[in-house]
Amino acid sequence: MQINKDKQTPGHTISVLVENRAGVLARISGLFSARGYNIDSLSVGTTDDPQISRMTIVVRGDEQVLEQVCKQLNKLIDVIKVVDYLETPHIERNLALIKVAADKATRSELIQICDIFRAKIVDVSVESIIIEMTGDNEKIGALAKMLRPFGIKEVCQTGVVAMARGAKGISIQEERKPA
Amino acid sequence: MKTKTKNKKEITKEDLGLGKELTGAQILVEALIKEGVSQIFGIPGGSLLPAFDALYGSKVKVVLTRHEQGAAHMADGYARATGKVGVCIATSGPGATNLVTGLATANMDSIPVVAITGQVATHLIGNDAFQEADATGVMRPVTKHNFMVKNIQDLPRVLQEAFYIARTGRPGPVHVDIPVDIQRAKLKFEWPDNINIRSYKPKLVGHPLQIQRAIDLIGKSEKPLLYVGGGAILSGAKDELVALSEKAGIPVVHTLMANGAFPFDHPNYVGIMGMHGRYSSNIATQNCDLLISCGARFDDRVTGSVKTFSRNSKKIHIDVDPSNIGKTVAVDVPVVGDLKTVLAKITENVKSSDHKTWRKQIQEWDNKHPFTIKASKGSLQPQFLIQEVHKLTHGEAVVATGVGQHQMWAMQWYPCKNPRQFLTSGGLGTMGYGFPAALGATFGVTDKPVVCFDGDGSFQMTMTELGTAVQEKKKVIIVVINNYYLGMVRQWQELFYKQRFSGSNLSYFKDENSHKVHPDLKKLDYIPDFIKIAHAYGLKAVRIYKDEEIAGALKKAMASDKTFLIEAMISPGEKVWPMVPAGASLDETIVDMA
Ligand SMILES: Cc1ncc(C[n+]2csc(CCOP(=O)(O)OP(=O)(O)O)c2C)c(N)n1
Ligand SMILES: [Mg+2]
Repeated sequence: MQINKDKQTPGHTISVLVENRAGVLARISGLFSARGYNIDSLSVGTTDDPQISRMTIVVRGDEQVLEQVCKQLNKLIDVIKVVDYLETPHIERNLALIKVAADKATRSELIQICDIFRAKIVDVSVESIIIEMTGDNEKIGALAKMLRPFGIKEVCQTGVVAMARGAKGISIQEERKPA
Repeated sequence: MKTKTKNKKEITKEDLGLGKELTGAQILVEALIKEGVSQIFGIPGGSLLPAFDALYGSKVKVVLTRHEQGAAHMADGYARATGKVGVCIATSGPGATNLVTGLATANMDSIPVVAITGQVATHLIGNDAFQEADATGVMRPVTKHNFMVKNIQDLPRVLQEAFYIARTGRPGPVHVDIPVDIQRAKLKFEWPDNINIRSYKPKLVGHPLQIQRAIDLIGKSEKPLLYVGGGAILSGAKDELVALSEKAGIPVVHTLMANGAFPFDHPNYVGIMGMHGRYSSNIATQNCDLLISCGARFDDRVTGSVKTFSRNSKKIHIDVDPSNIGKTVAVDVPVVGDLKTVLAKITENVKSSDHKTWRKQIQEWDNKHPFTIKASKGSLQPQFLIQEVHKLTHGEAVVATGVGQHQMWAMQWYPCKNPRQFLTSGGLGTMGYGFPAALGATFGVTDKPVVCFDGDGSFQMTMTELGTAVQEKKKVIIVVINNYYLGMVRQWQELFYKQRFSGSNLSYFKDENSHKVHPDLKKLDYIPDFIKIAHAYGLKAVRIYKDEEIAGALKKAMASDKTFLIEAMISPGEKVWPMVPAGASLDETIVDMA
């Protein structure tokens, strides 16, 4: 149950557009594992084109090695596009579900904390609540810090998704026809 | 399914083998024919029975190998020698896993191979069915790409893409796993007209701006050097290399993988570089002011210490694979593109020059420390043996090697005249590669002798393919350089591990002092008797002990119409010189310690 404890090395957030096919995930994760790199978070979902999936990978590591990893990612036959957001202004979002011990005595204080963080309470039982929180890792980390004294029972996160600020979208090599 | 119509258009299509309802196995065979495959190397099994049935009597010849590793090396050797895609086939489970070493070998050296494996029926996949292995999972890290076909509709496209991916861009092995029920399923066969893989568009034409920068750097350089790697052979860039070297007066050094990329008898040819390279090549690399890397990848066996590698030169790096550029050595001008195209563009506009002083300087370095052969004292010098083969074949034979000292001697003493002549496992360093690769080459090469210089250790790893050679009536001249040892390991143990020859002796005898004394080779017991091995396959063989016996043995070998084995007994103490110790700088070439 570790939420964003290690803050020293900035994680690279890498977006990878891939063909939505079996085996692609294994190819991509294989590039990291073959170099002994641990992926901090990985999220996968389809894009507006159901044949293209977008993976967002957060990974820490030596600058040069990560550059090589990005080149290797690009080389994979099923990879359409790779973007490292390290030097691009971008938005990052992660969704966390956090189950916290809560009883009569603590519940109202927890509700207050949630209000401040604009988090939602999505389940209540006699002994616990589940909080849904969306934000970047830092914000989720801050909330978790506040919740820890109450007793965190379980945490589940979607992993970061990212998008560059501004009008420009990730273009794939094949120019998309304007709608 | 579809009733035959008498429509004219359809009849033409069927004539082409299209539009007919075929089984997956038949589609496989049709695809091989369409891709121009004349033979396929491999071994059948339960999950390949439909495929082998379709191959039976077809235009594609089945070459039955004795081990799937041999099949992969044969496909690889055929591909290296001809430039065509080599194809191998293996059954599910153990057949597939036996291919792994061969495909990894091809992958490291960027050789176009397509490997077909059978797989258990789709409904059994993941059930630990008999002879099931996660073949795509195992192959993934050792291939350029791989596919599992779970739907018969995909089969034609996948096979076409497999060949396309294998031979284009930076070539490499592609693996296609075909479950047995897909081989039996039926489909109206259509062969896609063109290939469009949106995520795979190899960049072939270099960026004009970078090309211009390269031209400018070459124009300003006083001591330029072409550093040529295996990519030059893959790209077919020999003529373009020669043209650039001649117009701009640039001397040429090359890696193990590029033996033959530039003709050894050209006046601008300097020689092999790297750990066991020529002194002059390495010193020129260290002293040039411009290093033009052509399809090479700055491998650690070439650069020695990266920190000190050619430290005062500017660097141009031309490579079709962008991930190679800047990987180990910082580069001033990167050019991503096909070498042949890029070199032609550079040569067009490059300044004419002859760099006489620089070339003379390199020649002087070479005169100071050329490759040398020790005077033999009634023994057999491996370097001399290889040189004799070189003379006899004018440097134009197809030469395959195992891995070890004999490989390095072959590299030093068999400089090639043309590309696609020198077949060696450079990247992975796979012992056992030589003989099956040579055998594979014989399926494409008919006008030149095919010679395999093998080590006694390496040959024992794949000599089982003698059966294939005999069955196929193919001729390879096998020269086993027998030093009773895993010689290259022994060399390192002698030089760097206090002569503690741990696990490197292939014989009965204890010979702790073999680095000091010259053993009587005729008295040593050796396992096995290679001559008897050859005889067991109905082949002729001779064992030689002295330089004087070489000519006679080679004469017999050349005259033979079958595979012929020469066993050359040498002293275990023979070493490969010069040597740059691992991790040392190229300046620290040890010429000889004896
Ligand atoms: C499959 C494989 N296993 C181990 C090695 C490590 N290795 C490199 S050279 C060598 C010795 C090769 O012996 P031999 O074939 O007799 O050649 P020699 O060096 O004696 O000429 C060994 C064991 C290797 N390259 N490949
Ligand atoms: Mg040996």
